[in-house]
Amino acid sequence: MPPMLVLGIESSCDETGVALYSTAAGGALLAHALHTQVVMHQAYGGVVPELASRDHIRRAVPLLRKVLADSGCSLREIDAVAYTQGPGLAGALLVGAAFAEALATSLGVPTVPVHHLEGHLLSPLLSSRPPCFPFIALLVSGGHSQLMHVTGVGHYELLGETLDDAAGEAFDKTAKLLGLAYPGGPALAALAEHGRPDRVKLPRPMLHSGDLDFSFSGLKTAVLTRVRESIASGGPLDEQQRADIARGFQDAIVEVLVKKSLRAVKDSGLKQLVVAGGVGANRELRRQLDARAAKSKIAVFYPELEFCTDNGAMIALAGALRLQCGAATKPAGAFAVRPRWPLADLLA
Amino acid sequence: MNLLAIETSTDVGSIALWRDGEVLLRACPTGVSHSETLLPLISATMAEAGLGFADLQGIAFGAGPGSFTGLRVACGVAQGLAFAHDLPLIPVGTLDAMALGSGGERVIVALDARMGEVYFGYFESGVALGLVGVYAPAVAPLPEFGGWLACGNGLVAYPALHERLAPFVSAWMPELMPSAQAVARLAAPRLARGEWVDPADAVPLYVRDKVAKTVAERLAEGGKA
Ligand SMILES: Nc1ncnc2c1ncn2[C@@H]1O[C@H](COP(=O)(O)OP(=O)(O)OP(=O)(O)O)[C@@H](O)[C@H]1O
Ligand SMILES: [Mg+2]
Repeated sequence: MPPMLVLGIESSCDETGVALYSTAAGGALLAHALHTQVVMHQAYGGVVPELASRDHIRRAVPLLRKVLADSGCSLREIDAVAYTQGPGLAGALLVGAAFAEALATSLGVPTVPVHHLEGHLLSPLLSSRPPCFPFIALLVSGGHSQLMHVTGVGHYELLGETLDDAAGEAFDKTAKLLGLAYPGGPALAALAEHGRPDRVKLPRPMLHSGDLDFSFSGLKTAVLTRVRESIASGGPLDEQQRADIARGFQDAIVEVLVKKSLRAVKDSGLKQLVVAGGVGANRELRRQLDARAAKSKIAVFYPELEFCTDNGAMIALAGALRLQCGAATKPAGAFAVRPRWPLADLLA
Repeated sequence: MNLLAIETSTDVGSIALWRDGEVLLRACPTGVSHSETLLPLISATMAEAGLGFADLQGIAFGAGPGSFTGLRVACGVAQGLAFAHDLPLIPVGTLDAMALGSGGERVIVALDARMGEVYFGYFESGVALGLVGVYAPAVAPLPEFGGWLACGNGLVAYPALHERLAPFVSAWMPELMPSAQAVARLAAPRLARGEWVDPADAVPLYVRDKVAKTVAERLAEGGKA
């Protein structure tokens, strides 16, 4: 198959991402650009879907111009346009889909509708030291927490997933309880760095459940109880108390994620673990995983930090890899977004 | 001059190809979402006319107000089509196009905005008198004199509005909906005058702009963060 140049467009939530990926010479990301709406949504305490949609439509063209300029490529060289079809916010997805399908129609090239989680899942392949198939993937993002057995592009077997809150969601909700601004995950992690170990001991939900599922909503409730107890016995929490709670929360969630991930790897007989999604940026998670995996001779792979959260590069990559296995292109034109779309329904 | 016009502000979608004043109008199939039908209809109509995208001089779209989703489909599709061939975009107000489509001289346009409100505007000889607004039927501003033509499905959705306007209206067109034909007719002279925007600057005209409350606003009202 001749080398292909694939444009990727991501707009499933509060980030607009555009990227160009070439399959020439083993594959390379030629350029990528991102606009995050975090500051806009901060004033509202969370993502406002209508405002997200309104912003995406203002970003796509300038980001595409930047990617073309940075890569030195011309539009005419593009062989296919990949975009996030779902899951995500319906209105936000629709903007990216409309733009991508129209652009492809006008250029006379096919489109590749991509599953957002497949993008996250494959994002470690963009790093300078990529994993090889097959591997176990831990996908921990704002909306998902899953363990998957990945044998190749499009071949994903779900091993376990959260029964309630996603890991990132638990970070964000707990951060809110501690009075941290949206999005609280990174702020909570920063606060936890100042916390003392074992001062606040929280449960390890489902650690011994015998399966690979997770449950994180109870942790948030446990934190709420701690906050209330402390307030009842001595007024508002001081900085150290808040840090200790953050530390206790992070230690609990990290321990569960680490132990279950390594168990999944061992059960599979494989030697590689891939971590993807925004929570994969968590330093404590990385520290613990690296330390424990090394003991079991398991190699752990992460996306570059900038590709942990939503981005266009992972969509361009996923589109390109799908094209390379000869699957899933469609003639540009009609489109339908899939706000709810289990990865298990993805056909290879 | 060849111009493509897209209108999907409401369930009644259409596209039009303007070729030196001659208009080829095609309706989007009903009962299917515009995202499924719009681009295939555009491609088929362009082929029917023997035109490629590179043969266009501009793309117009019904910018709003209307269904937020419909407006974004029109705008996003227009941006994507235009960007690939460096074409200018001409955003056209949905109510402006309805006023033209009605054929009236002095026109009141009332488009159902759902949620108990109506997008509402006055037009005289094609020029908007004041800004298009979104109102509850009971407070939509009344004209000062009679002889108006009133159009749009807001008149059907809100009998109270119909009743309030009745003393000032001499002709009714409640069935009139936005059409790409009128969008094309408004856009063509604008394009000729150089009144267009870059695809990066094309945005829908939502009119309904307050869509959420900030944390500060919720707290000020005694609510939760
Ligand atoms: N250092 C960190 N520690 C913990 N959580 C983090 C860190 N950095 C980011 N997060 C969390 O990652 C999440 C965002 O990740 P991501 O962008 O992958 O999710 P999403 O795109 O919103 O969700 P999904 O992809 O499931 O639809 C947020 O919940 C955020 O709090
Ligand atoms: Mg994501």
